[in-house]
Parts: sequence; structure tokens; C-alpha cells
Amino acid sequence: MHGKTDTLLVIVALVALWQVLHWIVGSVALTSPADTLARAVELLGSATFWPHVAETGVALLYSLLLAVFGGLTIGIALGINRLAGEVAEPILVSLYSLPKITLYPVILLAFGLGLSAKVAFGTIHGIIPVIIFTMNAVRTIPPVMLRSARVMRLSPPQLVSTIILPAALPELVSGLRVGFSLTLLGVLIGEMFASQRGLGYLVMNAIGGHDVRTMMAVVLILATTAVLISAGLLHIDRRMHRRTA
Amino acid sequence: MSWAGWLRLIVVTGAVLLLEVLCRAGVIAKTVLPAPSVMAGDLYRLLASGSASADIGETLGNVAMAVIASILLGFVGGVAIHAMPRVRRALDPFLATYYAVPFFVFYPVLIVIFGLGAAPIVVIGTLFGVVAMLINTLNGLDRIPRVLLKTARVHGMDPVRTALMVKLPSAAPFLFTGAKLAIAYCFIGVIAAEFIMSSSGIGYSIAYAFNNFDNARMYALMLFIIVLVTVLNAVLFTWERRIMQRRRR
Repeated sequence: MHGKTDTLLVIVALVALWQVLHWIVGSVALTSPADTLARAVELLGSATFWPHVAETGVALLYSLLLAVFGGLTIGIALGINRLAGEVAEPILVSLYSLPKITLYPVILLAFGLGLSAKVAFGTIHGIIPVIIFTMNAVRTIPPVMLRSARVMRLSPPQLVSTIILPAALPELVSGLRVGFSLTLLGVLIGEMFASQRGLGYLVMNAIGGHDVRTMMAVVLILATTAVLISAGLLHIDRRMHRRTA
Repeated sequence: MSWAGWLRLIVVTGAVLLLEVLCRAGVIAKTVLPAPSVMAGDLYRLLASGSASADIGETLGNVAMAVIASILLGFVGGVAIHAMPRVRRALDPFLATYYAVPFFVFYPVLIVIFGLGAAPIVVIGTLFGVVAMLINTLNGLDRIPRVLLKTARVHGMDPVRTALMVKLPSAAPFLFTGAKLAIAYCFIGVIAAEFIMSSSGIGYSIAYAFNNFDNARMYALMLFIIVLVTVLNAVLFTWERRIMQRRRR
């Protein structure tokens, strides 16, 4: 297994880089890897930490559900109807690259402080890549499959469940992966401003109190979790693409 | 313009008109969203008064620096990593999961390293843009048709000429896609960093107006960013399509 040792080497290199940066700028700016890990373990063991995790988890779950199911539905519709897709694509692409953080005040005014604003913020970040990936996946389905479906008189639900979803599955997983990362980013940004709970709030709070150790520890926990989940999805993604290739 | 293009124009205009009607009729409260025409008027006055010029100039300058840095670093990094297959295989999962890490949280660290001012903002923007460029550079180098490389070898071209005459033109569409994404991500990174904790720039201006209930200024600036990014994207999108089509022929 070359792959695993190589990955390990990259992790070692990253930690070494972190340590060197720490020596250069000092503890005030960047705590050492060991120190951060100690604080992370301390956080994970404390009872006050877990409610924040739960808060972020719930917001992320709702946003993901909305982004994935909404994105799939819209994406499939736009993928089947070629003209609608062609009309929508540039609009979606420009929405995708819009700095959505500027819309944050509108979301806050519309949804108020709390869970719903975070979920809304997470969803608008995540739904667009899911739509774009789904749409492109449906478009690349060989026309012969769709034609045979018509010949066999499949109803629209049958068409989606027996032809479109299986054919587009690998691309859908890719979309889900991008969607997951952006939804998490959206939820965290939402928490950094519009919340008194959650991991984003913890980071903001630690920044405000110049508690670099806690800040770094929360970031470490967040980044590790995000990378692990994303890597898991990547693994599924690769397997699926290989199977169809 | 194509049929789809006209339809798109109708859809977008229709959406804006609908918003206008809903706002005027009071379905959407004035405190949540002012009518688009009101926003446009506020934006015109803001730009005419010049009170936002400094912020706009600063943000655009930061974005420009971040874009240049991410395109250069991403391209050079991509070429270097492509040349080392083993390093690449090890880095792959990290590149693919890169955007799962929320960078804004590093901002305070960057302030201590680079000091207050433009540098930490440009660095955040660069961190956002560089990997998009890098991934697309790798993609582009991967998709160079084998036969072209073989032909180059048969003709006895040296590596520099192969790179300039075969590899670069062949990978160009992917490089363009990478650059396009880098531009979009740099905008997102720079404006978000300004929004979170800076003391100047458009992002900061919006946050400041929001905290001071200055809705007119806030919405005007928001509209400015949306229009700017949309126009920029539309131009890049059309250009990219043209390049891709040329390659397909």
C-alpha cells in the first residue's frame, strides 16, 4: 500500500509546516500542533462542548437535506428539458460564483436570528452545485436510454427512478461532495454571525477573547471532521466512476 | 443572440419585475428588501457621490492581487505536481477535500503573521483561488491527447518547445476554466474576509451599514457586487464557451 504511506507522509509534512510556522510567529498567533491537540482533546472531553456540536450538526443536516433534495429535483428537471437547462445554466453559474456572504444581512432580516437563518445560509451555499452537477449528469445520459424509456411508456416517476438516477449516480455523488463542503461553509459562516451557539460561534467567541488555543482547537476538529467526511465521499465517488468507466 | 439567450433575458427581467411588484405591493416588507428600482437609485447616488470609491477601489485591488497570485501559484504548482506522480497521488485526497475547510477562521492567525491591512485579505483570497487553478491545471495536463505528445517526440522536439507548442495550447481551455474559477473564488474570499473583520473595503462597508441600520447604503453596495460579479462571469462564461468549441472542432 504505497497510497497510505504517502498520505501519512503528507500529513507529517503538514504538521511539520505548522510547527515551523508556530516557531516563527509564536504562541500568540499560532499554537503548536501538540498544544492544539491537547486543547482539542480537552474540548472533546468537556460537557459544554457537545451542545455546540449538536447545534451545528442539526443545522448542517437540515441544510444538506434541503440542498440535496431540492438540488436533485431542480437539476433533474433542468437536465431533462434541454432548453430550460440552457436558459438556466449561466444564471446558475453566476449565482454559484457570487460572494453569498453579501446576502447574509437579507437572510438575517428575512429569517431572524437562530436556526432557520443558519439553515437558509447553508442551503443557498450548497444547493447550486448540486443543481449544476445533477443537470450535467442528466444531460450526459445516452439519448438511446431516454428513447427506449419513451418506447416502453415509462411514467415520469419510473423514468427518474429506473433510468435517470442510476445513470447519473456517479456525477450525483460528485455534486454531493461539493455540496457538502459548501453547505458546511455556509452553516459555519451563518453561525459566526447569526448565532449564540454552534462551532462557528465558538470560533468567533475565541477570536474575540484572543483565545488562540481554543480557536485553533475548534478549527482543527472542524477541519479534520470535514476532511474525513469529504474523503469518505471521495472514496465512494471514485469507486462509482471506476465502475461505470 | 440565440433563442435560449433571449429566453434567459426574459426570465431574468421577469424575476426583477416580479420582485419590484412584490415590494411595491408590500408583500415583501420594506425592512427586508427594498424594491430593485429603489436599490438602483441608491446605488447611482452612492457612486455619483464618490463616498464608496475608496472602498470599491481597495476591494478590486485586493481581488486583482489575489487573482494574479492564485493563477500563478496554481499554474506553477499544478505543473510541478503533475511532474511528480507519486506526490500527486499522495496529495490528491487533500486537494479534493481542500474546500471542505472553512478558511475564514484562519484570518486572525494571518493578521498576526502579515499584520493588519491588505496582506491577510489578499492571502485569504489567494488560499481560496489557488487550488481551483491547481486542480484545473492538473486536469488540463492529464487530458493532453497522447498522440500529440508522441508526435512531438517523433519530431524530436525539446521539452521547452513541446511545452510551448503542444502542451500549453492543448491544456489552454482547462487553464481558462481554472482561471475563471480562481477569479470567482478570489472575489468570495476577499469580500468574506473584509466582511468578517476588516476596517475597509466593500465587504466591510456592507457589514458596517448593516450594523448601523443604513439599509440604503447596504443594499446599494450589495447590488453593486452582484451586478459586477454577474457581468464579469457572463463575459468569462461566453469566452470560455468559445474556446471550448474551438477545441472540439
